[in-house]
Amino acid sequence: MEATTISDPRSHTSRAWAPAKKRPLLARPVTERIFLLLARGIISLALLTLVALIADVAMDGMERLTWNFFVNFPSRKAENAGILAAWTGSLWLLLLTIMIALPIGVGAAVYLEEYGRRSFGTKVIEVCIANLAGVPSVIYGILGLQVFVRALSFERSLLSGALTLALLVLPIIIMASREALRTVPKGYREGALALGATKWQTTWTQVLPVAIPGIATGCILAFSRAIGETAPLITLGALTYVAQVPDSVFSPFTALPIQAFNWLSRPQPEFHTNAAAAITVLLAFMIMLNIVAILIRNRYQKRQR
Amino acid sequence: MKVMGASTFRLGEHIIEWILRVCSSLSVLTTIGIIAVLSIESVLFFQEVSLSQMLLDTEWTPLFLDKHFGIWPLVAGTLLTSAIALSFSVPAGLIIAIYVSEYAEEGTRKVLKPVLELLAGIPTIVYGYFALLFITPMLQFIFPEMGSFNALSAGIAMGIMILPMMASLSEDAIYTVPRSLREGAYALGASKLQMICGAVIPGAVGGITAAIILSAARAVGETMIVAIAAGQQPLLHLNPLQPVETMTAYIVQVSLGDTPHGTLEYHTLFAVAMLLFLLTMALNVISLAIRERSKRMYR
Repeated sequence: MEATTISDPRSHTSRAWAPAKKRPLLARPVTERIFLLLARGIISLALLTLVALIADVAMDGMERLTWNFFVNFPSRKAENAGILAAWTGSLWLLLLTIMIALPIGVGAAVYLEEYGRRSFGTKVIEVCIANLAGVPSVIYGILGLQVFVRALSFERSLLSGALTLALLVLPIIIMASREALRTVPKGYREGALALGATKWQTTWTQVLPVAIPGIATGCILAFSRAIGETAPLITLGALTYVAQVPDSVFSPFTALPIQAFNWLSRPQPEFHTNAAAAITVLLAFMIMLNIVAILIRNRYQKRQR
Repeated sequence: MKVMGASTFRLGEHIIEWILRVCSSLSVLTTIGIIAVLSIESVLFFQEVSLSQMLLDTEWTPLFLDKHFGIWPLVAGTLLTSAIALSFSVPAGLIIAIYVSEYAEEGTRKVLKPVLELLAGIPTIVYGYFALLFITPMLQFIFPEMGSFNALSAGIAMGIMILPMMASLSEDAIYTVPRSLREGAYALGASKLQMICGAVIPGAVGGITAAIILSAARAVGETMIVAIAAGQQPLLHLNPLQPVETMTAYIVQVSLGDTPHGTLEYHTLFAVAMLLFLLTMALNVISLAIRERSKRMYR
């Protein structure tokens, strides 16, 4: 690969034209070679880091990944402690967040793409979404603490956590869904409207079905980010000892990343092993979600062609 | 399609449009909510502590008996870790972006993109773990006097976290540079690297600047890595081998302790969050403005 890039025909011609002595340093193929080496080095380092990151955590946590780890509650003794409350909490959080954020996010995207006229109102909404996407996640935690935990007195429940995470991922979902809606050809809409369908019938029966794969990919990535979020849940005050499987949306909860943080912030190395094991479970789940998203996208891209 | 009465039909359409409108205005409501919550509680804080107490003191000890409210230790900690992160994620990200868009073959690109996406999707707690139990022990080989909590390893982990974002945003920027610009440079006799340095990078400078600023905003707002690996000690210094506390780590620290609602300690949470919000908001707005402008350049 190296040889082909360096003996790029264009660079040869240009070298022949350039005056031999005045040629600046950058014109020399040596610099290009250095650049390419540097670039490949950095990319290999990034890949290596990814491997090291996953391998380090997985190897540290492997010894704790037994059946008991999944069915036990947290305990004072590291080797007896488990993640039952944490993984059930994470699952509940994920499902609740999807249930809240998905319809609202897709609805907002449909409004902005299909209904919204260029007005001051839609401009304001767009600016807000763009800015919200850049707000640090701890700030959402503080919003959740004041609004859901205190003002609406949902306490430190699953509902507060899910609502906070939903607000956090909403901008990502809206942006991904808009992108997907934009790829639907105009002819689909015009055809349906010409047959006498109303705006909503057109959207519901023609536009949305075509956009679903794109929406799904974006949303899976957004939700996989949501289950990895730690900071907003800690700000909500969710870092408490929980030894129960949640049974309603008002249950107190813990989640995998919070449990991992709890174990990680203790000085004893045995608890660090627990943290590694919990993180491995979290990572495995996230990588699975990512693979699903990539598969959906690849399939969709093939169909488009 | 079922045919319905014309009047009820219209009503349904209107109701749906209103529901969708409410969905999309939720983002405005969230923005207002954040600003309102932070402002109200910050005002309560500034009723007890003056702005000069915050700006002229060099100690930050609101959780101790002898309370000082000098914000500088937190600001210094935030800037230090962010600077470490950016100092290598910006050049590395840029080089990756140039390589991927100008040199890489389709196959390399196909592998690299999902890997970068995966790196970007890894929860920050994993990076925190990596910083504390992998990067720090490695660095202790080089700097044996370094403690287990320090700004350097947190900064490095943060840089790795930011790298994919920096790379993919700069690649987007490079992608928008029109082909004619490249061909012009070649026509003037430039080599490939000259063309990149003379035409592509200047052409994409707006988008690249926007990417750097957005990465900075991300670094400033990053929480878990610094809370885990940087050591939650508000010390005023710029030594990367020493522990620091960032604004975000302070928020976590207060949230972990059971600070009673309505006390001065509780209000500090919101004052710090307000500062953090304003800082990231300013960076985001600048970045968006630059991106808008550079997008218009090639239209």
